[in-house]
Amino acid sequence: MSAGSAGPLIELDGVEKVFTVRRRAGRLRRTRHEVRAVDGLTFQVPRGEMVGYLGPNGAGKSTTLKMLTGILVPSGGRLRVAGLDPARDRLRLARRIGVVLGQRTTLWWDLPLADSYDLVRRMYRIPPAVFRANLARCTELLGLGPLLDVPVRQLSLGQRMRGDLTAALLHDPEVLYLDEPTIGLDVVSKATVRTFLRELNTERGTTVVLTTHDLTDIEQLCRRVMVIDHGRLVFDGDLAGLRAAADGERTLVVDLARQLPPIDGVPGARTVRVEGPRQWLAFPAGHSAAPLVAAIAARYPLVDLSVREPDIEALVADLYARGGAARPQPGDEAPASP
Amino acid sequence: MLYVAVAAGAFRRYATYRAATAAGLATNTVFGFLLAYAYLALWQQRPHLGGYGPAQALTFVWTGQALLAVALIAVGGVDELQERIRSGDIAVDLHRPADLQLWWLAADLGRAALQLIGRGIVPLAVGALAFPLALPADPATWGWFLLSALLGVVVSFALRYLVALSGFWLLDSSGLALISALAGMFFSGMVLPLRVFPGGLADLAQLLPWAALLQVPADVLTGARTGTGLLRGLLFQAAWAAALLALGRLVQAAATRKVVVHGG
Ligand SMILES: Nc1ncnc2c1ncn2[C@@H]1O[C@H](COP(=O)(O)OP(=O)(O)OP(=O)(O)O)[C@@H](O)[C@H]1O
Ligand SMILES: [Mg+2]
Repeated sequence: MSAGSAGPLIELDGVEKVFTVRRRAGRLRRTRHEVRAVDGLTFQVPRGEMVGYLGPNGAGKSTTLKMLTGILVPSGGRLRVAGLDPARDRLRLARRIGVVLGQRTTLWWDLPLADSYDLVRRMYRIPPAVFRANLARCTELLGLGPLLDVPVRQLSLGQRMRGDLTAALLHDPEVLYLDEPTIGLDVVSKATVRTFLRELNTERGTTVVLTTHDLTDIEQLCRRVMVIDHGRLVFDGDLAGLRAAADGERTLVVDLARQLPPIDGVPGARTVRVEGPRQWLAFPAGHSAAPLVAAIAARYPLVDLSVREPDIEALVADLYARGGAARPQPGDEAPASP
Repeated sequence: MLYVAVAAGAFRRYATYRAATAAGLATNTVFGFLLAYAYLALWQQRPHLGGYGPAQALTFVWTGQALLAVALIAVGGVDELQERIRSGDIAVDLHRPADLQLWWLAADLGRAALQLIGRGIVPLAVGALAFPLALPADPATWGWFLLSALLGVVVSFALRYLVALSGFWLLDSSGLALISALAGMFFSGMVLPLRVFPGGLADLAQLLPWAALLQVPADVLTGARTGTGLLRGLLFQAAWAAALLALGRLVQAAATRKVVVHGG
């Protein structure tokens, strides 16, 4: 096996990327500015994980992916993928990774889809049997069968996206990078792509790193979420941890036997809404609902109850708005909610 | 082989642009007539201008039209690379386990082959029907011409590749591309054969790489270059091809080392 197969597949240690941009300042004068697109990223991704990479526009997600695939050279820090330095070993690494960029295509625009796949076969020197099996599997799962003879320019966005996914996977990459793979897709296409990716990760053990602005992607696919803002990691953990870290609040909805004044005197919870016999109580995401329920049941005629998790969109918006003010230290595991 | 497949794919791809090929073909033919009548007038005034007889001069014109799309303007080809660098689509190309320069050279050769068939043969045939051309009867000369034209395409590619790569540093390389295309038109002999240029300029122009695009292949076809002259012409082309491709590799290495892929 390759070097580094024992350790994590992806390792970043203080990785930075600084762009120098020239801006006009006056008629002829130009000033040079530094943009810290990625500012000291440290994380690891073990083999077989599926990681969601979140962040507001301009946070540095695509820049990170470009460094991971070796097409951008980091300005500082240490970066290893499968034991290789991506920028230095770009061509060697390229054989072992798959990349799908949501807004761009690797397919041959004016030629049938099948022609692009034939080229991929030659490019990665895929043995014919492997090629046939992978192509058959992908076309079946992604419903591409009838499209293989269609020129790529005649494909819809969702069809093209599925075509690109197939092209990125024919050579059995160890890791698949996806930059906004569901951008612009309808619900059905999104669901198809998600199911496909889940199968890829669980059945074939392919490591997947995906960026997205669609939090449903994360909820449905990723056990691990990394949130980046201004080039820095502001969160790294699971979804429950994200809820806690974002100071999100869970909501306890109780149905009482009759209309009563707002529930009062339950420690750790406050009543935020009353509508007839139904009342809403907010409590911190990190806390358990059980003691609250017990306290309420002891003093009120409780008929029914339910707990609502905080809306992930709101959580992430909150994290972004704080601009990483509450930056957890690396390895600082946020407590999972019970 | 991968790069053969790339060339074949480019060939098939350009074959799908039928309307563009037909329009280009018409343009080449019309231009050929205009230029041919201008040359006829010129050569009537000054027979043996630049050492060409009238038939050779006309052959030069129609060879130029045949190679215009193939090696001179090279419609499509590396323009697309330039656009990919500008838009950031180049990221996709760089993710492939393939050499960027070889990939685009292969694609450009596929394009050139299609355009030679689609836009080269007909103008030359029309020219031969309408005017007395000095075309060779000897198949070997046609073979040497094809080889010379191939080398011309490679030199042309290497130049355009360099211009396109400048897009990694310049925000917009289209100005440079335009200057380079104009220089190519003038110094390839497309406007006037280089031997017709006044004294020193003629000598200089025949040393520049653009001479490899049309002047040398046309001289091979018209029989102005035979024997050692032919050999020297081919070596001249091969030397420029090697030098410019090597320079392209250096620039490519610098570009992928230090530079920035545009776009998110
Ligand atoms: N080629 C470049 N030259 C200069 N600055 C750049 C370049 N590419 C990216 N940047 C800057 O780096 C920062 C991060 O950009 P990046 O594309 O990584 O963001 P992103 O997280 O992918 O955002 P989005 O969600 O909008 O895709 C931005 O501030 C951007 O302006
Ligand atoms: Mg991005």
